[in-house]
Amino acid sequence: MNFLKRFARNRGAVIGILILLTVIAFAILAPTLYPQSPWRPVARPFLAPFVNERFPLGTDTLGRNLAAGLVHGARVSLMIGIVSTLVALVIGVPLGAVAGYAGGFVDDALMRFTEFFQTIPSFALAIVLVAILQPQLGSIVLAIGVVSWPPVARLVRGEVLSLKTREYVQAAVTIGQSTPRIIFSQVLPNTIAPIIVMGSLMIGSAILLESSLSFLGLGDPNLMSWGYMVGAGRTRLLDAWWISFFPGFAIFLTVLALNLAGEGLNDALNPRLARGRE
Amino acid sequence: MNLAQFLAGRLVKGVLVLFAIAVLNFLLIRAAPGDPAQVLAGEAGAADAQLLEQLRARFGLDQPFLTQLWIYLKGYLTFDLGFSYRQQQPVLNLIMERLPATLLLTGAAFLVSLVVGTAMGALAARRAGKWSDSIITTLALAFYATPLFWIALMSQIVFALKLGLVPNVGYETIGANYTGLARALDIAHHLILPALTLGLFFTALYARMMRASMLEVAGADFVKTARAKGVSQPRVWRRHVARNAILPVVTLAGLQAGQLVGGAVLTETVFAWPGIGRLMFDALVQRDYSVLLGVFFISSAMVVGFNIITDLVYRIADPRIEASA
Repeated sequence: MNFLKRFARNRGAVIGILILLTVIAFAILAPTLYPQSPWRPVARPFLAPFVNERFPLGTDTLGRNLAAGLVHGARVSLMIGIVSTLVALVIGVPLGAVAGYAGGFVDDALMRFTEFFQTIPSFALAIVLVAILQPQLGSIVLAIGVVSWPPVARLVRGEVLSLKTREYVQAAVTIGQSTPRIIFSQVLPNTIAPIIVMGSLMIGSAILLESSLSFLGLGDPNLMSWGYMVGAGRTRLLDAWWISFFPGFAIFLTVLALNLAGEGLNDALNPRLARGRE
Repeated sequence: MNLAQFLAGRLVKGVLVLFAIAVLNFLLIRAAPGDPAQVLAGEAGAADAQLLEQLRARFGLDQPFLTQLWIYLKGYLTFDLGFSYRQQQPVLNLIMERLPATLLLTGAAFLVSLVVGTAMGALAARRAGKWSDSIITTLALAFYATPLFWIALMSQIVFALKLGLVPNVGYETIGANYTGLARALDIAHHLILPALTLGLFFTALYARMMRASMLEVAGADFVKTARAKGVSQPRVWRRHVARNAILPVVTLAGLQAGQLVGGAVLTETVFAWPGIGRLMFDALVQRDYSVLLGVFFISSAMVVGFNIITDLVYRIADPRIEASA
């Protein structure tokens, strides 16, 4: 209750959650709202928005319904955002935990490895990975995960470093618990709060990354995604601005909502660290 | 540790990173579905059996794995990043031709976002809690969530196509044959929109970092001391707080600047800016993997170089670092 109250006191976070729930609702209802494939041309091309109520956001260069593309795209964006964040966590959490807990040579080696991935320009790496492994759902998720894990590893390592000297961990060592068990049952559960916060903020960047990739033509050719829609409208920018405008605005709103909610989560989970909201 | 030693250490580290990236490129070629020779040939390989045979011989594709790796790395050691069969030119030539435009774009975007971002952040911290702080924080939050390619397109519609304030696309006016200052001004005019949109995200990032850093320093003991001995408020903020708060921001900014190179792919694609980002996009469309991997390598090298320069500048600017190292 306390947590909810703290969260609700943050107006930005509440707005973020409301936008997010709307996007999720659209994503869930997509097959009901627009049962037809969003790829199918259904009307005259370049239909302006707010004119025909069957096509509230107009149609694109091929006469596809923009509103249908938008709600189906919400599914794709949210799914890729969440799954690729999970991939980043699956790589980053164990790596950071092992580095922090083991220390010494292992820590050094793992941190050099992490630094290496932080040095590489992440968007360029993501492009190369998706292009070489062919644009498909799997390779996109993998690429986003691979470029997003280093901050997770560093965060977890830092947390573990400070936790491993605590008395209850020392006690677990003394009673002879195995190292993996100590890491998983004593140390990691106490790092969950900051990991959740970071994860919620990472979903937003993952969605931005996915849309940038599909804007460049590196999206899964079977999935209607917001980035692809923006790219498809590029050539007719001047006479049909809405084709690129609406999907891009959807990305903006969703990412903004995720960031607002993530920051609210941060303040609610770490009340002592909350930046003074004057 | 003196400066020369420090520099040598960083250079060795940088070379190791580039070596690792060359190995990564080698592995990526093998990770691609299908025949590595086909990957190296790009689209040109689809029809030409003779070319594929040639490539197999040249890269020793029938040899053991390690021999192949060695042949590939030897290329990088002699500054040979491969050959684009599509454009009939060595990859390195293609990249070097385009590199100045990208350096100009990313450099301008970095400077603008650093100056504007830290100024916004400092102002927000100074007015913490007032409405000007709320406006800046909200703006930063919005910029932070804006897709780069989308804001580039939208500003293109508004400022170039509708209002006609700046050129729509390109690097300079084609056929104008400007020279000297006139040419520089022409390029600068073309640079405005790409640099501003590319820098937008980083402006937001630096503003947020600067605000947090300022508020942290503002609570420090030496600031209280300065106030207690009667230093005027503007002077405290300028000399005591801002000066100390900007250091961590600049360090982080230097580390982040590498990501500008990645963002340049999007900006250059939208604004037809003739840099290596645009080259990368063309290579994507044409499935010219040698060029793709070459651009990836060179942009990583840019990041490494940039990080060394930032570290160096930072050490010179803040002598305390040397003392603690």
